[in-house]
Amino acid sequence: MADSSPPASDPSDGATRRDFLVYAASGLGAVGVATAVWPFINSMNPAADTLALSTTEVDISPVQVGQAITVTWRGKPIFVRHRTAEEIKAAEDVNIKELRDPQTDAQRVKKPEWLIMVGICTHLGCIPLGQKPSDPKGEFGGWFCPCHGSQYDTSGRIRKGPAPLNLLVPQYTFLSDTSVRIG
Amino acid sequence: MSEQTKFDNKIVQWVDDRLPVFTILKHSAVDYPTPKNLNYWWNFGSLAGMMLVIMILTGIFLAMNYAANTGIAFNSVERIMRDVNGGWLLRYLHANGASFFFIAVYIHIFRGLYYGSYKAPRELLWWLGLAIYLTMMATAFMGYVLPWGQMSFWGATVITSLFSAFPVIGDHIVTWLWGGFTVDNPTLNRFFALHYLLPFVIIGLVMLHLVALHTVRSNNPLGIDIKGPQDTLPFHPYYTIKDLVGVGFFLIVYLAVVFYAPNFFGEPDNYMPANPMVTPSEIVPEWYFLPFYAILRSIPDKLGGVCCMFGAIIILFFLPWIDSSKVRSAKFRPIYKQVFWIFLADCFLLGYCGAHKPEGNVVLLGQLGTAAYFAFFPLLWIIGKVEKPRPLPQSIAQPVLKPMEKI
Repeated sequence: MADSSPPASDPSDGATRRDFLVYAASGLGAVGVATAVWPFINSMNPAADTLALSTTEVDISPVQVGQAITVTWRGKPIFVRHRTAEEIKAAEDVNIKELRDPQTDAQRVKKPEWLIMVGICTHLGCIPLGQKPSDPKGEFGGWFCPCHGSQYDTSGRIRKGPAPLNLLVPQYTFLSDTSVRIG
Repeated sequence: MSEQTKFDNKIVQWVDDRLPVFTILKHSAVDYPTPKNLNYWWNFGSLAGMMLVIMILTGIFLAMNYAANTGIAFNSVERIMRDVNGGWLLRYLHANGASFFFIAVYIHIFRGLYYGSYKAPRELLWWLGLAIYLTMMATAFMGYVLPWGQMSFWGATVITSLFSAFPVIGDHIVTWLWGGFTVDNPTLNRFFALHYLLPFVIIGLVMLHLVALHTVRSNNPLGIDIKGPQDTLPFHPYYTIKDLVGVGFFLIVYLAVVFYAPNFFGEPDNYMPANPMVTPSEIVPEWYFLPFYAILRSIPDKLGGVCCMFGAIIILFFLPWIDSSKVRSAKFRPIYKQVFWIFLADCFLLGYCGAHKPEGNVVLLGQLGTAAYFAFFPLLWIIGKVEKPRPLPQSIAQPVLKPMEKI
């Protein structure tokens, strides 16, 4: 090409007009590529119909004191436990300074007799045992994860094992004394 | 250019003048000067290549009958087993093929460790091999999810949840990987798409691996450089035949498992359809992941465990610079030779710990094994400094041509 000879340059610092154009054009090109890549990456995020399955209503009237049920919300198991007076007392008496993820029992429930949590171990996503009467409940009377041995207390707080956090409490509201909406 | 290579066949010559495929083939698979002292441990590169071809072929035909939808995936696999002509054979070849692909690759990797094949000038060859290994692991993991059994589902849940260990962005990464709030249909779909894609990425990496190999030439059991033509043999027919002998033996073992023990490597739990509400009593990954799983479980901290597990592979990339010895082959390294076998035994120990429930002695053994795994690398540096290697032969040909003067 005719104009391929180097343009007049400023020899003092070695930078030329062409260097500037090269960097500016490559920089803009990189921004353009990143912008074009984003829709592809974002397409792998949850789709609108997946996001739409965001609430579940639960009738809790048949759950007797000491019983627990598991319901589904966003494809995840939700533990609903009707706690006994002893379980509530055990949960409230814990010195929260000893906890790995310090939370009082009151911060985790709206009504002390109803404990509602996402039933997914915060370690690597297994479902802890402890919902059925025959299940192992761990040393703290709550839940026991069979995968890597995490143990949760009667407030669903992590007490022992590799999990870093308490079982997650989802957003929920009591629609009446016998009905809860999760999400 | 192609004037140098003359082919007898006029059509071959005509094609080669326009697209030098025959020149390349002759250069890299026929005339390629190969060290004349390669032993049978050098067979496993080509065996891994053969397994890659078998996996892609069986995989393509399985994909013709598989449906990546959570509603029908499990049943479509059962249909392949019961109704599709020869479907059971394709599936057992594919499922066990993954295991034998890993067997070949693990032997290939440990051969490289023993004979120092990762050392200069083969650092990039080693890196490309590790890249192939990592891509294989991703492919195998996603393939295991496709039958949508209990172990598929919970394996996918546990492995993807590893990324939630990273602070701040962890949960977003996991949601992004899943395309939802649990492992579900979007996850299965994308895993199928990627499981089909990645083997072709592996082919690309294998090509680069071979280009790098043919640039720096094969290492050999003595670990010394090729000094001249007296040290080499043309690849064909000498090593094509030797590789074929290995193929025969390898296929006997592989097909014996396919026909007589097709579920030997499998988990019975995976014949139960995935149930997102019930975790199996014990989640065990495929055997080729067990040592890393043991490392993950040995660290009593979530982020620490995940970092150690990834670190156990990442550290292999630095091996060419960690090993301070100039001598490649363990034949001439009396201390390294011992440590190599201890390291290999440690990998088996970790595999054992990964396969058993983390209770009692298994936890302690796993932690000792993890410590030993990571101790190997600094030890390698120290050994290189203090070890007195045995004298190296002058050349590959010398011990054979002048056996009396040996050492």
